[in-house]
Amino acid sequence: METSILSSILFATIVAGTPLIIVALGQLVAEKSGVLNLGAEGMMAMGAVAGFAVTLHSGNPWLGVLAGMLAGAAMSFIFAVVVLTLMGNQVASGLALSILGVGLSAFIGKPYESDILPTVGAIRIPLLADLPVIGDALFNQQALVYFSWALFAGLVWFLYRSRPGLVLRAVGESPSSAHSIGYPVIRIRYMATIFGGAMAGIGGSFLSVFYTPLWVEGMVSGRGWIAIALVVFATWRPFRVVVGAYLFGGVMVAQLFVQGSDWDISIPSQLLSALPYLATIIVLVIISRDRNTVRLNAPVSLGQPYRPEA
Amino acid sequence: MLRLERRPEASQLMSYASPLIAIVLMLIGGLLLFTALGKDPIEGFKVFFLYPISDSYGVSELFLKATPLMLCAIGLAVGFRANVWNIGAEGQLIVGGVAASAVALFFYESEGAHVLILMVVAGAIGGMLWAMIPAFLKTRFNTNEILVSLMLVYVAQLLVSWLVHGPMMDPDGFNFPQSRLFEDSALLPILVEGTRLNLAFSFAVGALLVGYIFMYRSFAGFQMQVAGYAPNAARYAGFSAKRMIWIGLLSGGGMAGLAGMSEVAGPMGQITEHVSNNYGFAAIIVAFVARLNPVGIFFASLLMALLYLGGEQAQQYLALPSSISNVFQGMLLMFLLGSDVFINYRVRWKEAVA
Repeated sequence: METSILSSILFATIVAGTPLIIVALGQLVAEKSGVLNLGAEGMMAMGAVAGFAVTLHSGNPWLGVLAGMLAGAAMSFIFAVVVLTLMGNQVASGLALSILGVGLSAFIGKPYESDILPTVGAIRIPLLADLPVIGDALFNQQALVYFSWALFAGLVWFLYRSRPGLVLRAVGESPSSAHSIGYPVIRIRYMATIFGGAMAGIGGSFLSVFYTPLWVEGMVSGRGWIAIALVVFATWRPFRVVVGAYLFGGVMVAQLFVQGSDWDISIPSQLLSALPYLATIIVLVIISRDRNTVRLNAPVSLGQPYRPEA
Repeated sequence: MLRLERRPEASQLMSYASPLIAIVLMLIGGLLLFTALGKDPIEGFKVFFLYPISDSYGVSELFLKATPLMLCAIGLAVGFRANVWNIGAEGQLIVGGVAASAVALFFYESEGAHVLILMVVAGAIGGMLWAMIPAFLKTRFNTNEILVSLMLVYVAQLLVSWLVHGPMMDPDGFNFPQSRLFEDSALLPILVEGTRLNLAFSFAVGALLVGYIFMYRSFAGFQMQVAGYAPNAARYAGFSAKRMIWIGLLSGGGMAGLAGMSEVAGPMGQITEHVSNNYGFAAIIVAFVARLNPVGIFFASLLMALLYLGGEQAQQYLALPSSISNVFQGMLLMFLLGSDVFINYRVRWKEAVA
C-alpha cells in the first residue's frame, strides 16, 4: 500500500478518535468519583449544537468550543442536582439527560440545519510534521487533537500523582471513609461530574465545528454511548481509553475508506456503517467475559447514591 | 437553612404525588419555554395541550399514538422491576416492524386472516430475537445490557435503511426508500369507523391486563419484584437471576416488536426508514412516570401521546420544530426523578449550626 494512503488513514483515525478520547476521559473522571452519568450522548449533542451556533454567529471557532463546553457543563449540572442533591437513580437520570439533550439540541438546532462553517486550519508543528508517514497524521492536526493528548497527560498526573486525584479516587472507592476523614464527598462529586459534562461538551463541539463542520439532528450518532463503553473497555485506565478510542476511530474510518474506494465489493454501506456499534458490543463481551475484570477495576461506589449523615 | 431529613418510612402518598408534581413542573417549564421563544404562553399551552384533543377524531388519534407506547412500556416495566435495563426497545420495535413487513410482502396479493396472524407472530418474534442478543450476552458473558441493547438500536436503524433501499424497496416506487403499500389483508382492522384507531389498541389493553396479572398475581412476577427491591434477598432465596434477565428482556422485546407490527400494519401501511418515532425511548419515560404499574402506564401513555400530538400542532400553528415534544418528554422525566426524593425524604427548616 502506498504510504500516502497509509498516512491519510492514520490521519483520519486520529481525528475520528479525538472526540471519543475527550468525552471518555471526562466520563472516567466522573466515574472515578463514583458517579455514572449515562447522559454523555445528550451532553455531546448540546455541546455540538451550542458550538455550532456560537461559531456561526461569532465567526470564532474557539468561542464555539467554549460554548460547547459550557453547554455540556450546564447539562451535567442538572444531572448532578438530581442525582447528588436529590439522590435520584443515576441510571434513569442519565437516560433522561440523554433524551433531554438529544431532543433539546434538535429543537435548538433546527434553524441551523442548512448552514456550513468554514473549515478550521490545522496547526503544524515544525520539524516533527516532516517525519515520513506519521508526520502529517500526528503533528499537522487540529488544535483539539493536541488538547486531547494534553488532557490525557494532565489526567494521568492528576489521578495518580496528585493529592486531589487521590482524594477523588478515595471518594469513588469509599465515600463513607472519605467523608469520615473530612472530605466533602458531594462537592467533589459535583466537580467531577461537571468536569465530565464540560469534556462531553467539548467533544460534541469538535464534531460540529471541526469534524463535519455542520449541524444535523442526531449527528452525535451514538458516540456518547461508545465513549461510555470505552471507559468500561479500558477498565477505568486513561491510557487504555486513548488506545481504545483510536481503535474505534480506526473502525469508523475503515468503513469510510472501503465505501470510498473503487474496490468492487458488494457489502451494503449500511452494514459497514454498523461496524462501530458491533465492535462496541464485541469489545464489551471480551472485557466482561471474566467477571472479575470489571468488578476489580470499577470504582466500588460507582452508581451508588451517597448521603452523608450529619 | 433548608435540609433534607430522612422519613422514618417511605411515603406512599408522595410516590403517587411525585408524578403529578413532575407534570405540573413540566407545564410550568413549558410556559417558560414558550415565553422565552417569544410566543404567547397561554396560546402555546392551548395549541399544545388542548387543540389536539378538541374533537373526537383528535381523541382517536391520541389513543392511536398511545398504542405503541403502551405496548413498549408494559414490556419494559416487567424488566425494570427486576433492574433489567433494556433501553433498546427502539431497536426491537424496528426489527419487529421489519419482520412483520417481510410477512406482509411475502404474502402480497394473498387474502385471508393468516396474513395478519403471521404478521403479529413475526413482529413479536422479531423483537424478541433482537432482545435475545443482550439477554444472551448478559447471562453468558455478563455484558452490560444497557450498552448492548442501545448499540443494537443503531444497528436496527441501519438494517431497516438497507432493507428499504434494497430487498424491500417498492419495485414500482421510483426508487423511494419505502416498501409497497400493504394489501388490505395485511392491515389491522379499524375499530372506530372514520378514524385510524385500529385493533392494535385492543392488543395494548390486553397486554396491560396480562402484564398486571404477571406482575401482581404470578410467582415469577413476585420474584422479579423482590429482585428489584432487594437483590441480595432474592439471591439468598435462590431466585434465578438469569431467568429474570431472560424474562425481562424477552417481554420488552416481544412487546416492542408487536408495537412495530402495529405501526407498519396500522397508520403506516408500509415500511419506511421511519418505522419508529422515538416510541422506544419515550416508552422508558412512560414506564417511569407510571411507577412501572400497568394502570399508570395506560394514563402515562396517553399523556406522552398528547406531547407527541402537541408537538405536531406546535409545528403547524406556532412554527416550532416538532422536536419540542422530546424537550417536554425529557423535562418530565428529569422533574420526576428529582421530585422522587420526597418519597424518602422531607424538607425541614434547620438552624445552621455554627
